[in-house]
Amino acid sequence: MSGQRTVLVLGGTSDIGFAIARRYAEQGWTVLLAARDADRAERNANDLRLRYRGEAVAVAFDALSLEFHARFLDGLGMLPDTAVCVIGVLGDQARAEADPDHAAAILRANFEGPALLLGEIARRMAARGRGTIVGVSSVAGDRGRGSNYVYGSAKAGLTAFLSGLRNRFAGQGVHVMTVKPGFVRTAMTEGMKLPGQITAEPGQVGRAVYRAAEKSRRNVIYVLPVWRLIMLIIGHIPEFLFKKLKL
Amino acid sequence: MSFAGWGNFPRRQGELETLRDPAAVRRAVLGGGPVLAHGAGRSYGDAALGAGRTLGLRGLDRFLAYDEASRDLTVEAGVMLSDVIDAVLPRGLFPPVVPGTRYVTIGGMVASNVHGKNHHVAGAFGAHVSALTLVTAQGDVVRCSRGENAQLFRATIGGMGLTGIVTDVTFRLIPVETAFIRQETLSAPDLAAAMRLLEESRNRTYSVAWIDGLGKGGLGRALVFRGEHALRADLDDDQARAPLRTGTPPRLAVPFHLPAFTLNRLSASAFNELYYRMNARREGMRVVGYLPYFFPLDGVAHWNRIYGSRGFIQHQCVIPRAGSSAALGEMLALIAREGNPSFLTVLKLLGPGDAGMIGFPMEGFTLAIDFPVSDDTLRLAAALDRIVVASGGRLYLAKDARQDRGIFDAGYGEADAFRAFRAEAGASARFRSLQSERLGL
Ligand SMILES: Cc1cc2nc3c(=O)[nH]c(=O)nc-3n(C[C@H](O)[C@H](O)[C@H](O)COP(=O)(O)OP(=O)(O)OC[C@H]3O[C@@H](n4cnc5c(N)ncnc54)[C@H](O)[C@@H]3O)c2cc1C
Repeated sequence: MSGQRTVLVLGGTSDIGFAIARRYAEQGWTVLLAARDADRAERNANDLRLRYRGEAVAVAFDALSLEFHARFLDGLGMLPDTAVCVIGVLGDQARAEADPDHAAAILRANFEGPALLLGEIARRMAARGRGTIVGVSSVAGDRGRGSNYVYGSAKAGLTAFLSGLRNRFAGQGVHVMTVKPGFVRTAMTEGMKLPGQITAEPGQVGRAVYRAAEKSRRNVIYVLPVWRLIMLIIGHIPEFLFKKLKL
Repeated sequence: MSFAGWGNFPRRQGELETLRDPAAVRRAVLGGGPVLAHGAGRSYGDAALGAGRTLGLRGLDRFLAYDEASRDLTVEAGVMLSDVIDAVLPRGLFPPVVPGTRYVTIGGMVASNVHGKNHHVAGAFGAHVSALTLVTAQGDVVRCSRGENAQLFRATIGGMGLTGIVTDVTFRLIPVETAFIRQETLSAPDLAAAMRLLEESRNRTYSVAWIDGLGKGGLGRALVFRGEHALRADLDDDQARAPLRTGTPPRLAVPFHLPAFTLNRLSASAFNELYYRMNARREGMRVVGYLPYFFPLDGVAHWNRIYGSRGFIQHQCVIPRAGSSAALGEMLALIAREGNPSFLTVLKLLGPGDAGMIGFPMEGFTLAIDFPVSDDTLRLAAALDRIVVASGGRLYLAKDARQDRGIFDAGYGEADAFRAFRAEAGASARFRSLQSERLGL
């Protein structure tokens, strides 16, 4: 393992998390796959080992157990060079409006859990003087919409948190990148009608993240560049008009 | 939404559901109503279109095990052949049998029992499968091999997804020294010469003939390509720098269905003429990459769109050797007379059959011809069918979109045994494709 770089993928059994893990493994990195479903994480790690002949390890982990974050990181026995967080759930907006517990779960899984964990990792990386953090947020966080404002606001929180983290630790060798994937064909979006031209495959996300984080060290990326334009337009619709739109 | 096979004919309304793990396959099978496995959708016609729900297996894409000693690789059924090659070729390994495109799933290769240019020496893909796991009509997860549930194993190889859903496959890789092929190109003035050259190539690893179906020269003017895995010593300096390089995905792509008028007898015969001349000039030995040798069409993404939105069919038959020259001659003459714009006509000699119950390969010549869909070409294809069964041959289900039950039954001796096997296993109610409905399977 000497000199080999290590990436920690939090949410390593999601389609996007696994695709990112594959990209890093292909480039020769050691991959730590952290996920709640340990069996599935192990099957994914096994795939990485067989395909790319590198090292891959599955670790059980629940981002919502805030009190275990530090212990989980201590237990890894090392601080990874790069940490990628893909944790999140879409939830059900209608249910969230009627059921505060469901709304709270969405907020925690998309904001509280990932933010506090990445904050802890950033502090540790800063102490070491080096590290890269990739937080997967969402275009849904760029502007709240009636159809998914619970999820969107949690992602908005994560986007702001990552931006703050970037600002806070820039001088200490820690690079923080925010990813806004746009539509991606995954289990999360299964059954939805996705517009083909602006929908990415998980593999595209994997390649884009690797390139942007490890080669060009970008701050914020949209996986398909067209999303920057779309969100620019959506962001500029005046509020009095926006509130009349069914979005 | 609608989807179709590679030929874009026929199309089916409905959703393609993506499954992501074996447990989801079980749930889907037990969910009630007919289902069908769908791999990469590279079969041409309606074999992968469910009569009920169509279950996409691309999400089952994990490598499961590799045994260094036996070279047995185990992967989930939705793993793409291209991913297998990308992973194993750098280690000096190659799949034992590959079809003409690498964008197929391993499950689809088992269900079609695909044959490659090496069928005459290596048999079909199924011959190299040592075991597989199948989810049956009752939702049981069954391990099959030649020793274990042998009957089910045999019916599943080439069984077109009609015995159950394959969730993983174990098959044996072959060692190679390089990613290159020593290719020999020979030209044949007519069909008889092409057939003779293929016969003479029986001791070569790979062989195939490309036929100019509209030949201005003799009927069945052909180029024969023979190949061997190149050794390190065969490579030039440039190739030797990266002897096991896997290569890069296609850059060219056909952006949408081309209008029908771009493809006609004129353009097809111009293409055939050009192709023949370009390659005839290159007669003799050359060392080429494995990508252009095995997968020449993969270099252009979505090439099926050149046939326009009505789609195209491929007519692929196999004819037993005795009587094959008369039958093939008759077929080519008929095609030339009707003047159909076929860009691609391929002839190959298959070795002894190892086909499972309704698998395709049998000893003889296999001819494959592409036709854009029209009333005329559908009539022509039916006329070709009659020549095929009259000479004891049959049609390949992975390419079929239109043969009728009479033609199928005439070609497949075990058709009724397969029906009985399906009925007894409860599979005929559970696993149904548009093709199985059409053929009464
Ligand atoms: C350009 C091109 C060249 C080709 N060249 C050749 C060739 O040289 N030789 C040859 O033999 N074939 C050839 N083919 C055909 C192709 O290899 C087969 O159709 C192959 O089986 C397609 O695999 P797929 O994953 O796309 O399967 P699909 O087309 O999705 O499915 C094909 C059949 O397999 C079944 N199936 C798929 N996955 C499973 C599963 N997991 N469990 C059970 N059943 C399953 C489906 O139900 C269906 O009946 C070629 C096709 C193309 C497009």
